[in-house]
Amino acid sequence: MAEFERRHLLAGLAALGVGACSRLGESETASSIFDTAESWHREAHRALAGRQRLAPEFDRSQVSPSFRGNGSLTVDTPEYRAELANGFPNWRLAVTGLVDRPLSLSIETLRALPQRVQVTRHDCVEGWSAIGEWTGPQLSTILDAAGVRPEANFVVFRCADTLYGRRYYESVDMVDAYHPQTIIAHQLNGENLPEKNGAPLRMRIERQLGYKHAKYLTGIEAVASLDDVGEGKGGFWEDVADYQWYAGI
Amino acid sequence: MRHALSTRLWHWINAAALVVLFMSGLTISNAHRRLYWGNYGFAPEDAWLHVVRFPGWATLPMFRYDLAEARDWHNTAAWLFALGLLAYWIVILVNGHFRRDIAAGPSAYTPQAVLGTIRGYLTGENRRAEKADYNPLQRIAYAFVLGVFLPGMVLTGLAMSPGIEPAAPWLVEAFGGRQSARSFHFIFAFALLGFLIVHVAMVFVAGPVKTLGGMIVARSPKDRALG
Repeated sequence: MAEFERRHLLAGLAALGVGACSRLGESETASSIFDTAESWHREAHRALAGRQRLAPEFDRSQVSPSFRGNGSLTVDTPEYRAELANGFPNWRLAVTGLVDRPLSLSIETLRALPQRVQVTRHDCVEGWSAIGEWTGPQLSTILDAAGVRPEANFVVFRCADTLYGRRYYESVDMVDAYHPQTIIAHQLNGENLPEKNGAPLRMRIERQLGYKHAKYLTGIEAVASLDDVGEGKGGFWEDVADYQWYAGI
Repeated sequence: MRHALSTRLWHWINAAALVVLFMSGLTISNAHRRLYWGNYGFAPEDAWLHVVRFPGWATLPMFRYDLAEARDWHNTAAWLFALGLLAYWIVILVNGHFRRDIAAGPSAYTPQAVLGTIRGYLTGENRRAEKADYNPLQRIAYAFVLGVFLPGMVLTGLAMSPGIEPAAPWLVEAFGGRQSARSFHFIFAFALLGFLIVHVAMVFVAGPVKTLGGMIVARSPKDRALG
């Protein structure tokens, strides 16, 4: 009897058809299994690396010859062109949401804060990598200045650029928000951020893939839940094409 | 040949996981069809290999490009594959299957042993012999698959993960950088495809009813008939 059941079990496993997977992938069950696998990866990474362990930093001599711009390569408005031409004198970074003191920070103010310089590797979800030196204040400095309330669980990054007619945005949890390498970069390789790389401000989320590193940054918003932000999946690509919210793999 | 339940169970779970991983991996390859050595790589002139675009029938999801869904399949099946491999290694070390049947001593790597086995295949002697244990070429093939290529897939996969790297930067360095790890991931995947093709061909050479029967119900039909 045991032999009979084993045979059925093994034959069933052997017959698991891949063709079926093509439609299966869009079912409720599959997406809940996928979400579980994603959260296991996140929890495994956090357990192994802890909350504060740094991504490797390179020597300045190891910077890659070019740093590709991907996704949005500009913000297609006359206001942006005018700001770009004049060095972003009127650009403001709004710090809002679950904070005691909402802020509106100019580029000059951000430059005057304590700066972190880091040479890190940028990994795109497509598979390529580039190495660059980034300069900017730590997000934690700004969150502390604004006084993030205890009920905040996520930080949402608001952007000026649009793709497919939608405003780009991204989000991270408080672990990545307070990670020492999470900075608001205004320089790449010692120069003001190039247009294609997100001028004048972009996020660096060094332990996750490139689509988390929001460019053309206009706002930082502390929220309790992502349900009411965008379509509720925590980011532009997450909403548009079901990309994984946790992009550490 | 009789196979232990652990071997039969792992074999088919692993086969299913590998098919999902390979096909979803082809979609991921299609997302950026160049391979590099070192830590960075984007420009065509940096590439050591320009990879073909894999056709829709070979990818998962099939006949449509969906990188997000391919990554879901890949990163989910990776758990089944990696944990299954770890469990199987523990079992075969504990129950002696590895030492007794797979581990190839220096004698397996001698030209006599290898040529003798090849001659056995060509003359049909291997088939008639109905030997219960693996020949030297089988031992070498299974030892490399179990010891190098399957664990190599897991390790190069982990080395590409920006969330793992802070915990194990040495792993990325061991492969020579993230883009090198990605290249090795690709090379190992195609080494396993090569193994699969030979493996399935040998199943047909040796008699698919007998060998598949042995991998599903532990005995060949003849054993069963004899009671």
